[in-house]
Amino acid sequence: MKRIALLGMPNTGKSTLFNRLTGAAARVGNWPGITVDLLAAKIPLGGNLVELIDLPGIYDLHGYSDDERVVRHFLEAQPIDLLLVAVNAVQLERQLVLPMQLAELGLPVVMAVNMIDEARKLGMSVDTERLAAGLGLPVVAISAKYGEGQAQLLTATAETLGATPPQRAEAELARARLAADDQIEARAAALLDSAVSMPRVVPEQISDRLDKLLMHNAWGLPLFFLAMLGVFAGVFWLGAPIQDLMKNGFGWFGAAALQPALAGTPELLRGFIVEGLYGGISTVAAFVPVIVLFFFFMAVVEDSGYLSRAAYLMDALMSRMGLDGRSFVMLLMGFGCNVPALMGTRVMRSRALRLLSMIVIPFSLCSARLQVFLFIIGALFAPAVAPLVLMSLYLLSFATAFITAVLFRRSEGFRSEEPFVIELPPYRLPTLRQVWMRGWLEVRHFMARASKIIVSGVVVVWLLTHLPYGVAPAGAESYAGILGHWMQPVLGPLGIDEKLTIALIFGFVAKEVVIGALAVIYGLDGNALTAHIAGSLNGVQAYSFMIFCLIYTPCLSTIATLKAESRSLRFTALALAWPLALAWTASFAFYQTATRLLGT
Amino acid sequence: MSRPLTSLAPGEEAQISKIHAAEALYHRLTALGFRSGRPIRLLRRAAFRGPLHIRIGSTDVIIRASDARCIELVAI
Repeated sequence: MKRIALLGMPNTGKSTLFNRLTGAAARVGNWPGITVDLLAAKIPLGGNLVELIDLPGIYDLHGYSDDERVVRHFLEAQPIDLLLVAVNAVQLERQLVLPMQLAELGLPVVMAVNMIDEARKLGMSVDTERLAAGLGLPVVAISAKYGEGQAQLLTATAETLGATPPQRAEAELARARLAADDQIEARAAALLDSAVSMPRVVPEQISDRLDKLLMHNAWGLPLFFLAMLGVFAGVFWLGAPIQDLMKNGFGWFGAAALQPALAGTPELLRGFIVEGLYGGISTVAAFVPVIVLFFFFMAVVEDSGYLSRAAYLMDALMSRMGLDGRSFVMLLMGFGCNVPALMGTRVMRSRALRLLSMIVIPFSLCSARLQVFLFIIGALFAPAVAPLVLMSLYLLSFATAFITAVLFRRSEGFRSEEPFVIELPPYRLPTLRQVWMRGWLEVRHFMARASKIIVSGVVVVWLLTHLPYGVAPAGAESYAGILGHWMQPVLGPLGIDEKLTIALIFGFVAKEVVIGALAVIYGLDGNALTAHIAGSLNGVQAYSFMIFCLIYTPCLSTIATLKAESRSLRFTALALAWPLALAWTASFAFYQTATRLLGT
Repeated sequence: MSRPLTSLAPGEEAQISKIHAAEALYHRLTALGFRSGRPIRLLRRAAFRGPLHIRIGSTDVIIRASDARCIELVAI
């Protein structure tokens, strides 16, 4: 099968073009030696199936950014039959260099002049025939957003692909040296003069007027927080009832269909299938609504151009943490749910910056942890101090994130070498199609990558709490109970007893099951459970338990996402071990100090 | 009289005379259209010594002050 690579600078609408050409057929492919996700899809072209691969946006074939390295590596290692390069019509003045560099590689190149609709609105005109003659390759003007020129682009690509027998010169990347770049620039400038006409004075655009308000030194930040509050509310307040609905649906199906269907099987097998396997699958499913909604909103924030403005507004603060404004947006979203926030870090193109953001995000006090805290605080603290206790946990969440960023920012692998020079695209209204595609692509991605780890984790925890055969679930004789007993020397000094340890083992799967787990462990429900916990724990113990819950290993789905997004076992191990160490230290320091001070 | 990009006042325009940046930054700047002789305008700068918002040709860019210091300008 012939293979086409799609390239272009950032902000050329390359991904929109990819989605336009491939529909929903794209899959994340695995390429040896490449640490970022590359989408690939098989599409019919000129009577044959061809594979189209979306490469990361690059400014320069010879550049030093992570993405530029990825693209070079890909072009060197993979056989490619054609390069489809997208350029932004409005910025042709500086984008022609890239297709010229690519043409030097000796591969057939087709150039798509994208965003022709925006260029027209600005009063620009682009003479594609002159460009084609000057560059010596087919040039098609398109608008990927609205589908204009798509048919012509496909025809031109099919013709070029059919006409040229694939011939790949040896070591062409090495040949296309920097020395040639000056020459290329001179040629580009000459070609631009003849083929592109720009209005002499571009009138003030709507974008400029919006920037005056949204990037204002006084109004910018409050408006940003307002916008983030809106997104947060949209994703999580809208997502929660849908999640509940799905949870009930899954519960109903399990009880009404799965249980009776397995009626004849031994109890242990039935439990394994219903609570282990099926429970794991419903855990994966529970994330679907928030991920879809999150990426619907992220598509709007990102494609509208506002995310780059957020980077501008927050940079003064975040750069001191070794992060940038986009990390802040994700950190904030982490307070709803860590999983989509981690996936969202993909907008940061520097791997180091991304990894640093990813190690920080799990400290965000997500809504699942909030449920646990609300329950424990409600059971143990007087209504007058309860809000203060909760607020102290939020502050602790910020503090651990901040400390972690500051500690890791200079370490190898987390120190970003990429310059902070970000393009500000004009404000654009994303189409419904763009928003819709983004949401579903990301969900499919999550399910493909994370479901195996999540389901196996849920199964392992089920086995731990139900074996050896015949023990009371999560009782002292179960493996979880034995594990809890073994861990007493470590967790005892934190005020966390054996039963609470079993709850923490459950919490490893998902924080929202901690309360359910306590109900199983104590064999009590509702008010009886609240009363029992109030009677058996003191405030210091409870707070120490909450500190540990807040900081230690985020849920299984977070770990699965960390692994899927980083594609590194080493990083995942660190992202697991560091919070555990920090949680232990924080709880230990708190419990020992508080018990001594209070003399309890 | 040459002066750094960071000394530009919002709304002021000048011409790039020299870029003395490390290789990675230099590459990025060139790709974004920074070249000696080209006019450049400062639109605004963020509070608390945040980044600069500048316009070069038809491209708007935000750049940290620490990176902007390596771009030298002369009056048009």
